[in-house]
Amino acid sequence: MKSKGVRIAILSGKGGTGKTLVSVNLASIAGKSVYIDCDVEEPNGHLFFKPENIREELIAVKIPVINEDLCNGCRKCVDFCKFNALAFIKNKPYVFEEVCHSCGGCMMLCPEKAIREQEKAIGKVQEGVSGGVRVHTGIMNAGEASGIPIIKNLLSKSVLNKAIPVFVDCPPGSACIVMESIKDADYCILVAEPTVFGVHNLSMVYELLRLFKKPHGVVLNKCLDGENPAESFCVENNVPILGRIPFDNDLGSLNSNAKIAIRESERYKVLFSSLLETVMKEVRHETTINP
Amino acid sequence: MKQLLILSGKGGTGKTTIASAFIKLSGAKIYADCDIDAPNLHLVMAQNIEPKRTGYFGMPKAEIAIDKCIECGLCKENCRFDAISNENGFMVDPYACEGCGVCEAFCPVDAVSLKPAIAGELMLYADDNNVFSTAQLKMGSGTSGKLVTEVKKQMRTMASPDAKLAIIDGSPGIGCPVIASLSGVDMVLIVAEPSISGISDMERIIKTAETFRTKIGVCINKYDTNTANTEKIEEFCKEKGLPFTGRIPFDPEAVATINKGQTIVDVDCPAGAAVIEVFSSTMKLLSEESDGAEA
Repeated sequence: MKSKGVRIAILSGKGGTGKTLVSVNLASIAGKSVYIDCDVEEPNGHLFFKPENIREELIAVKIPVINEDLCNGCRKCVDFCKFNALAFIKNKPYVFEEVCHSCGGCMMLCPEKAIREQEKAIGKVQEGVSGGVRVHTGIMNAGEASGIPIIKNLLSKSVLNKAIPVFVDCPPGSACIVMESIKDADYCILVAEPTVFGVHNLSMVYELLRLFKKPHGVVLNKCLDGENPAESFCVENNVPILGRIPFDNDLGSLNSNAKIAIRESERYKVLFSSLLETVMKEVRHETTINP
Repeated sequence: MKQLLILSGKGGTGKTTIASAFIKLSGAKIYADCDIDAPNLHLVMAQNIEPKRTGYFGMPKAEIAIDKCIECGLCKENCRFDAISNENGFMVDPYACEGCGVCEAFCPVDAVSLKPAIAGELMLYADDNNVFSTAQLKMGSGTSGKLVTEVKKQMRTMASPDAKLAIIDGSPGIGCPVIASLSGVDMVLIVAEPSISGISDMERIIKTAETFRTKIGVCINKYDTNTANTEKIEEFCKEKGLPFTGRIPFDPEAVATINKGQTIVDVDCPAGAAVIEVFSSTMKLLSEESDGAEA
């Protein structure tokens, strides 16, 4: 099977449904592939891959610094800032770095040119290898508000243009950070668990994908006998079911010990290679009808 | 009124399951769901009344009046968020726009204006007995921290002055909604999960909570799915001097109960029995005077 550099995002709405489980196993079974962990607040993929030859790069944002000798106290910067990141204290502007969005407006508008920008690290990206998989991880520093600049950096890597499949492990939820992660995805895999919480959050990301017209399908995880509310949701909304992963103590135990299931057992190799095949078939189908 | 916030770092460890059980056990009349990105508490705390809904305006969004635009390109050039494109005239991508106003300030012909934009909805269920504050962020929106602050404000404003306890369900991660939910609470209970991922995420949320000097307690859910990792977590808490408030077993009955829209203390099940213990040690911890930490 040949796949040419397709970008597949894995998301779920609710946390803990198995995004990382599906992402790391699909990337591993694909042979040569790229895995990107966009859950920069709580990245876990690297714990499974234990990548080697790690290279690191700091990610910084620009924060204004005020030159008090040049500042004449005109307040233009303070009045301009929509994020309340500048306050006027003792006749001088004061910067609250945590709420600054790095728009640069204060610096650009200062009539005295009293503001310059300084880099402030908010986290880092790491790159390493694990078998045939290139592993990219974004890690946001604790206490920072937004990991979006880290995600932007992760998704702009040149390796992504090579003809190998890319698997993007997304953060939970359906807010701006998720949108950023799925921006250039060719196909989205939703991982759902059979609970009412899972279905409620699944329906939210499903709406997000429809809004952005992203082709998608669902993987049902932790399947038990009996009724599966996530499956009923797929049937009602005509969402393709890509595969089913049974609720399974052995798999749970491998996963909780951060082991990659397909590297440990033939059984899971079969399960995930058939899932990958279905996904790639769907991707090809989508790219032919909607190139 | 003491405010207890429930967080986890990793998603799916059982925040809402435990929050709903705590609300039942304490008879708390004041509660909130700050997981505005994927709220679920309302699914177990069934309400008989219709909520009062209020539109939530986040940051404004820029709009370009095509008839005034002279296509000078200054807006696009100075936008740090790549929110302006020029394919068929200059246009703003509302999802990328953060509302900073740089484009408006640079436009020489006043073609750009900032327009208010709805970024979500606040919901308030309030009757003579209960106040339940929750919200839903609009898909793809930012400024989630601000909405979390609104949810908490709505809860506090509606709470009767003699209310003793408020229980707040939080969101996963360590970013802006979590930081906003931490502000002003008396204690955070962290629901950990005994997996390598769960431990890593727990350490990061603890680090975040410590940055804001919030009192911390830790409990473990599904502890028997990996007892070796459970021991590691308890060891970690001991080393760090973090109070440990108990273990809850994995319990298929708990999943079935939640799926029926009930809390795990509404039925007789092992997880429900264990959460009663966790509740009583958490309440003890909450009522202890904090040693100089900021409230």
